[in-house]
Amino acid sequence: MSGAVAALLPDGRLHLQHGPIDIVAQGFGPDDALRAAHARAAARFATVLDELVAELPMLRSEMGLVSGKIARRMVLAVLPYRPAFLTPMAAVAGAVAEEVLKTLAGPGITRAYVNNGGDIALHLGPDESLTCALAVTGGLERVTVAASDPVRGIATSGWRGRSFSLGIADAVTVLARSAAMADAAATMIANAVDLPDHRGIRRRPAQEMQADSDLGARAVTVDVPALSPADRAAALRAGLAAAEGFRARGLIEAAALFLQGESVATGGGLLAARSEAREHV
Amino acid sequence: MSDAAPDAADRAAPEKIRCDACPVMCYIAPGQTGACDRYANAAGRIVRTDPVVMLSHALTGGQRIVPFAAADWDGETVPPDTFVTGIGSGTTYPDYKPAPFIVSSQVAGADMVTVVTEAIFSYCGVKVKIDTDRFLGPEGAVVRVQGEPVGHVTTAEYGSQMLSLGGVHHLTGGSKPEGRITCAAMLSLCNGEAVEMEIEGGARVVVQAGQPPIVDGRPERRMRVGCGSATIGMFAAQWRGLVDEVVVVDDHITGVVSEHQAGKVLGWEPTGIKIKGHRSTPGRYFRVSEPGLGWGGTRLTDPLEILGDWQEKKGARPGLTLLMVSTTGEDHAFYVLDAALKPVQQPLPEALRDTVALIDENCEPSLCTVLFVGGAGGSLRAGVAKNPVRLTRSVQGGVTRLTSGGAECFVWPGGGITFMVDVLDLPKGAFGYVPTPALVAPLEFTLPRADYLAMGGHEAAIRSLDRAVAEGGEYPTAARLESWPLR
Repeated sequence: MSGAVAALLPDGRLHLQHGPIDIVAQGFGPDDALRAAHARAAARFATVLDELVAELPMLRSEMGLVSGKIARRMVLAVLPYRPAFLTPMAAVAGAVAEEVLKTLAGPGITRAYVNNGGDIALHLGPDESLTCALAVTGGLERVTVAASDPVRGIATSGWRGRSFSLGIADAVTVLARSAAMADAAATMIANAVDLPDHRGIRRRPAQEMQADSDLGARAVTVDVPALSPADRAAALRAGLAAAEGFRARGLIEAAALFLQGESVATGGGLLAARSEAREHV
Repeated sequence: MSDAAPDAADRAAPEKIRCDACPVMCYIAPGQTGACDRYANAAGRIVRTDPVVMLSHALTGGQRIVPFAAADWDGETVPPDTFVTGIGSGTTYPDYKPAPFIVSSQVAGADMVTVVTEAIFSYCGVKVKIDTDRFLGPEGAVVRVQGEPVGHVTTAEYGSQMLSLGGVHHLTGGSKPEGRITCAAMLSLCNGEAVEMEIEGGARVVVQAGQPPIVDGRPERRMRVGCGSATIGMFAAQWRGLVDEVVVVDDHITGVVSEHQAGKVLGWEPTGIKIKGHRSTPGRYFRVSEPGLGWGGTRLTDPLEILGDWQEKKGARPGLTLLMVSTTGEDHAFYVLDAALKPVQQPLPEALRDTVALIDENCEPSLCTVLFVGGAGGSLRAGVAKNPVRLTRSVQGGVTRLTSGGAECFVWPGGGITFMVDVLDLPKGAFGYVPTPALVAPLEFTLPRADYLAMGGHEAAIRSLDRAVAEGGEYPTAARLESWPLR
């Protein structure tokens, strides 16, 4: 059985990998501070997967009776969405990113990010900002998050991604106060971008795709045909309604929804960032 | 998961296998991948669908992969010698599409290009060298795995037994089970796993690359130091003065020190010994016994069977001492002639014990070695260059360096690109298979950028190492750094 692995990529970013977890992280600061930060992150990462595995059956259920630090963060992130179906696993990537980020941030580190397969946790010192490039349908979008913004987490979900989706969004990117919150919300919004009665959309029970899936027999999207403009608009509307509801409740700061070349968004911050991005690209 | 349908779970249950690649221990049903997307259940077997493996020599020192138990992570950067391997790079179809990774990286100041692909080899085989003096089976005998023919015993060029397994006729020319089992046996051997095989008219052998062979249930320990005659040549001087006669029993050439040139040079006295064998030159005898699992690869369990009557006229006398030893030193016996000139076994004197130990010490550990032999066909070469034959010529001409999973290959002279590689030089689990049946092996072609373009290389597909890392191939999505396999 393979253990956790830490390595520095040629450009100085930290790569952490263990089983299904694949993290690229970067801190900014003096060399000594960075070395210490990498050591802290690597040491913390060593046991992350084992901690999660110890409570995996519970994390794959809706019960959420867990004791681990990361596990509890996962449960807290999905709780607000009850009674809708969402297991703590919906926030696992974001919760792990946050945990690693907490160790990376430290003396001398002005800013840092931990990108866990697209779910990103941010650390920003006073007056600092980070710009993230988001690979989305049809090109790159850039989002700049400043220390004064409430955003500390960015997550993307969609049926084309590694996790299963009940919806048809190519991608839903969410900015939220934490990576775990963004992760859970992105899953929920991506699920909401849907055309439940469209016959061309192919779905299969999650178990048939991955025997251990926390989604059980729920039908997950495996193929989406080219949709008519009306269908695209209807699906995005459904997703946007969910996103706006979550934003009103303070669960997210902003969201952008992508479906077959079209996109909609909610949240002033992200909208501004996107228009700014257009000028740069 | 409250309303998870138990039916669906039960239906999938019998074929699900547990992946032990990481602590998650996913149950994976056939055709599915685990939570990581890196390991999948392909027809009841966990296989890697792994990200590209990048090798670095510097990693072997352990600087690059940080053991988490150690708190002294020094945070060094990835070494500049990082080499993208074909492992996990995936393959593309149809063939004229560029190989999944065409990487440009600076190598010794030259702007180098590495074309990385995983090749599907239906025309491939493995050559197995088994270090043992024991008789495994006659040349040409069929080698079977699970009752299916997978290859044969081939010519022995030296003291080891050679098997030739796989090849297109067993893979696709025979029955379906024959092809399937041939493929599975080769895959196991190439990935360093043990395979039990039965040789027609011979032995049952367990072969595992880098491990001693197990012949009829008995693990081999030592490879003989040389033939019986060579052993005499090596150690005659050490026996001088300690014993009157030495016979080194060997299936090939049994040596007798008093008659052997090496003994003559030292002034060894004649002993009146008589060997029942086919004398080649003085002190060297062929066919003292049949091949078998006894002394020195013969059938002998009592070495005295090869001795005729001792001749007094030629020097035999009561009290004359005799050492009989096998070519590995594993079997040995000490005799003293009685009044009737019959050898009587006695305990081995201490002084001779050292000489036997010396033979043993000079024997190398008995190992199985497995070489993968494959040919890179035209379709694969088309993924590398638009004019595939130029790639062939470039490899033949030594301009393009061919490696398999980062390991050096021996390229056979002559037509095509047929290469051999020691499977232990590749990272573990580097080989895969497709149900054709055929093996999938990683392959990298490295050549100067200018030469690559000159042969009609896919220029538009060339990416920097960083970009290849960032973007991945057409199918895989990540890269992994690994140390070069330690030998």
